[in-house]
Amino acid sequence: MPDLPRIVITGIGLASPNGNDLGEYRRNLLAGVSGVQPYEIRYFGKTVAGICHFEATRYQSRKTLRRGTRAGSVAIYCANEAVKDAGIDLDVVGRHRVGVYVGTTEHGNVETEEQIYEVSQYGYDLSYWSHHHNPRTVANNPAGEVTLNMGITGPHYAVGGACAGGNLGIIQGAQMLQLGEVDMAVCGGVSESIHTFGIFASFKAEGALGENSDPTRVSRPFDKSRNGIVVSEGGCLYTLERYEDAVRRGARIYAELAGWHVNSDAADFVLPLPERQQQCMEAALQRSGMGPEDIHIVSTHATSTPLGDIQECGAVRAVFGNSRTTNINNTKSYIGHTMGAAGAIELAGNLPSLLDGVVHPTINVEELDPECDMPGLVLNEPRNVGKVDTILNLSFGMLGINSALVVKRV
Amino acid sequence: MTKDEVKEAVKDIIATIAPDEDLAALDHEQLLRDQIELDSMDFLDIVMELRKRYGVQVPEEAYKELGSLHSCAEYLHPMMAEMELKLLNA
Repeated sequence: MPDLPRIVITGIGLASPNGNDLGEYRRNLLAGVSGVQPYEIRYFGKTVAGICHFEATRYQSRKTLRRGTRAGSVAIYCANEAVKDAGIDLDVVGRHRVGVYVGTTEHGNVETEEQIYEVSQYGYDLSYWSHHHNPRTVANNPAGEVTLNMGITGPHYAVGGACAGGNLGIIQGAQMLQLGEVDMAVCGGVSESIHTFGIFASFKAEGALGENSDPTRVSRPFDKSRNGIVVSEGGCLYTLERYEDAVRRGARIYAELAGWHVNSDAADFVLPLPERQQQCMEAALQRSGMGPEDIHIVSTHATSTPLGDIQECGAVRAVFGNSRTTNINNTKSYIGHTMGAAGAIELAGNLPSLLDGVVHPTINVEELDPECDMPGLVLNEPRNVGKVDTILNLSFGMLGINSALVVKRV
Repeated sequence: MTKDEVKEAVKDIIATIAPDEDLAALDHEQLLRDQIELDSMDFLDIVMELRKRYGVQVPEEAYKELGSLHSCAEYLHPMMAEMELKLLNA
């Protein structure tokens, strides 16, 4: 990206169903440890979900936990962990020069369902409707709770991008840094979606909710018998800085954002459009000044739905089918679909590859679907490829939003 | 329900709303907000919990009566005793 400041990742905070920090998460990805568990939710009943187990009171009082939302709590945990990981003193940066940009798939469903249930216990008398409802359900809630918790006075808002939200949060942060609007961005994505019965019921109604007798094997992208999504909660927020600022303060740099692209299918509410996904990847590569052979890992979005995986694989194959240096994996096979967090959290799982040269596999592939087959797939066992310099992170969402983000070693 | 029981009921509600606070040493005469961290949303929570737990409706103009545990007991006692009676006769 000529004439624009270079943007780097200097801190990572995450809450994943299989890890509460990058080290634990990475170890579990390399060991094939799933974070999907049995789960039960009001009205819907028994199902499975990716459930996080981070220590919420590490950064929040019990009172603020009660007042806020689960998405806010996930965001607060991730933001504090990221800033701590980056070794940044917010007073030195200037709290008014920090921006918080949090990608979400949806927000407010959990809290609205809860209130409707609550008033139903009182004959639908709306005098029992909570005064907390509005501040809990405004779209900026998760980002706003971070600023309240950390005393950040720069801009904050959510980036609503369906399941591309995590990538979009990162991209938004990078753009605001490039424009000079802020000097540090806390950005990525979060999800509290497992606490809304509606999302389970809607995926079920679409025939897109995964099932299996073993919870850890429900999410199985690329497997011939896959039958749908596992809904998960989680979050991942990064600290981004301009390269020069990070070098000046002696920061550890995880990676540089080399380029990105976002586009829209303009085709269907739900069904993806492989041609547009392909265009999105190609445009991200072009902006990064790279060709397919330059990408060492493609982190796929594949959600374990029968059709969606085939379509995405078609798009990835069209771009990377002739590359002999590209490895392709999927993280939802471990943690399910963390919705608004997915793009951010799946990138985080791959970032350690820049240091150790190992690519974590897509797990749960007992029989590879021939329609998902392509060169470079890393299945069931980690692959030590020696050196990883680049990652292309894919995240797509409903209403046809596509995002591709390229990061590279500095 | 006695006035002391009303105070305990209010303290139970506050314990839910402000779980980080130590309520054992609360002075019954002093304003609650001078002793523990309570803002306007918390007071609305107290009003809501009184409605849910005891069926007591506190109108907005009477919120000032909930300033201290003592004033809570004085104001709420007749209403809560009446609700208790209704329940007994129901």
